[in-house]
Amino acid sequence: MIGSQKMLAIVPAYNEAGSIVEVVEDIQRVIPAMDVLVVNDCSTDQTEARARNTTSTVISLSFNLGIGGAVQTGFKYAAENGYDIAVQVDGDGQHMASEIPLLINTMETCQADVVIGSRFIEKKGYTTSWVRRLGVTVFTNLNSLVLRKRITDNTSGFRAYNRRAIIFLSGNYPQDYPEPESVILLGVNGFHLEEVPVQMRERIHGQSSISAVRSIYYMVKVLLAIFVDIFKERLH
Amino acid sequence: MDRVQIVSISLVVLLLGVIFQLIRKNRLLEQYSLLWILSAAILLLISLWKGLLDLISSLAGIYYPPSALFLFAILCGIMIALHFSVVISRLTKQNHTLAQEIALLKQKIEIIGKSKDFKCEE
Repeated sequence: MIGSQKMLAIVPAYNEAGSIVEVVEDIQRVIPAMDVLVVNDCSTDQTEARARNTTSTVISLSFNLGIGGAVQTGFKYAAENGYDIAVQVDGDGQHMASEIPLLINTMETCQADVVIGSRFIEKKGYTTSWVRRLGVTVFTNLNSLVLRKRITDNTSGFRAYNRRAIIFLSGNYPQDYPEPESVILLGVNGFHLEEVPVQMRERIHGQSSISAVRSIYYMVKVLLAIFVDIFKERLH
Repeated sequence: MDRVQIVSISLVVLLLGVIFQLIRKNRLLEQYSLLWILSAAILLLISLWKGLLDLISSLAGIYYPPSALFLFAILCGIMIALHFSVVISRLTKQNHTLAQEIALLKQKIEIIGKSKDFKCEE
């Protein structure tokens, strides 16, 4: 099924020297036909040098844009270079390459524009902190309310996008904490989202970009952004 | 002429002088100076024309007319601050877009460089 389409894995990486090589090699072992793009978000460690030693394409930003800006760079690259499918795989190694075919197959069988790899549909041995759980509950209910469709893991960055979604997001992608907001943005602009249960690993190295202290700011910022998106003019 | 009038007029004239000087020396773009000039003009008008200030005060229920002057000054300040936020937001967006475009271009140049090297080896 995966055959003739041009596929790209977008790997945003900020200081992921400890895991980046493994992430790239995993993807290429599982799906040799998939190109890998590492977007180095101005890391201060060996991320760039190590990524360049792999067969991946490396794009380095001149200053740190944050996850949203880095992933959007990947969408721009995918749009420019004619990719049909882009899969975001985080550079920290928590997303498993072996689950990528599942995302792409779901996209084809459900005729979806976006498939979110979710760790909450089925319980598969993954525990999270209570702040994160609270945020997840809030976003799940809010997004379900707005979109009339239940998305259980709005914070998952493990997603597959088709060409239409790639082109849309290369022009409009939220910057700070893009995952929950982009679900709304895609939903209200008429994209078909699907969700599929996946397993995720504990992080190989480094820390989650969301610490407990910043989680309140995170919630308020994203909630505001979501409300703004609901009332903003449609982008099509 | 009240003392408060003299003080406010001379302050506004000073402000206008600084604004014009900044424009003249190319340190302030005209598009960003418009709001400043507008604000200064409003303040100058109500400083000069005391009757207007009294009228506005009685209409708005302000007992002490000079405080209406402060109200205008604060409103002008808020307007300008808001304008700055809009400008900064736009610059931030443009800055992001530029960083992304540069990164994409750097990668393209790398590829071109590599393909040239390859030809040389042949």
